[in-house]
Amino acid sequence: MAFVNLKNREIQVKIVYYGPGRGGKTSNLEYIYKKFAKRINTEMVTVKTHGDRTLFFDFLPFDIGIINGYDVKIQLYTVPGQVKYNATRRLVLRGVDGIVFVADSMAVRREKNILSLKNLQENLAAYKKSIFRIPSVFQYNKIDLKEQGIPLLPPVTLERDLNSQLDIPSFPASALVGTNVVATLKKIISLTVASIKKDLI
Amino acid sequence: MSYTLGQKQLDSIEDILKQDLIDNGVRCVFLIDMAGNIIANLDNGEKQHDIYSLAALAAGNFGAVSAMAKIIGESEFSLLFHKGKKENIHFNKITTEFLLITIFGNDISLGFLRLKVSESVEQLKVILEPLLSG
Repeated sequence: MAFVNLKNREIQVKIVYYGPGRGGKTSNLEYIYKKFAKRINTEMVTVKTHGDRTLFFDFLPFDIGIINGYDVKIQLYTVPGQVKYNATRRLVLRGVDGIVFVADSMAVRREKNILSLKNLQENLAAYKKSIFRIPSVFQYNKIDLKEQGIPLLPPVTLERDLNSQLDIPSFPASALVGTNVVATLKKIISLTVASIKKDLI
Repeated sequence: MSYTLGQKQLDSIEDILKQDLIDNGVRCVFLIDMAGNIIANLDNGEKQHDIYSLAALAAGNFGAVSAMAKIIGESEFSLLFHKGKKENIHFNKITTEFLLITIFGNDISLGFLRLKVSESVEQLKVILEPLLSG
């Protein structure tokens, strides 16, 4: 639920990184935080467990500058990926404007991706929202693991598993190295901002 | 979905927050929605906080506490307040979608603060309620 402030000519937009546990959602935000350190003038907020897993969410405010006369402030969130944290995961989705689904390319995680996408649909339904109507992109993460000989799912399999009905943009990526992290971010920002613009007119 | 507030509405909101809260000794007040967006924020000029992070955490915290209430069979907890040595935070829901957060020192009693907050909430409701009904 984006908020448009006509007084300060400012739009606040909420983008959530969703996906199975240990898939690289937090790594995406960490890469963005490092890469755009000059443009981000606050600390990245993380609510973690002792085991360094996301407990509640990570949060990174990101100012992308002026678009059509409005100062657009993007708020990036991640959800906790572990199955047991569904209550907090659902809370983070409240008022979401755009979604990046970070899928794990490792062959052993195939089932986890599918379950997490199903879980996303269920949690959106709790807010009477549908993944078919919210701007979303897929990111097939961890392609860097191929070099280490770890079996990965080919993009075409991931597309068939996750994206056959949705038919949204997707990016093979490595959050660790940074491959396509910014491309994913740019795409979701442009889709989300376009959808808000349409809403405003 | 998005919602918009114009200059006039935001000015009225800020007037209410200033007169009822800041002028009565509250250090910092912000009005956010449950997604964590900041609608208005005012302070008495003494301290600047990282309000975007505060708003995100406050919305998350409030959501978590509401979910806990439901699990134990309460519709909600009416008093949400964190006490520190020097600074305290008070949360008050406005309709289902908005949250008023005040940061105040020990020079104000909690009772007085709650009274002033509830007066502001009644006035803010008039502006905020029509926003999301459409």
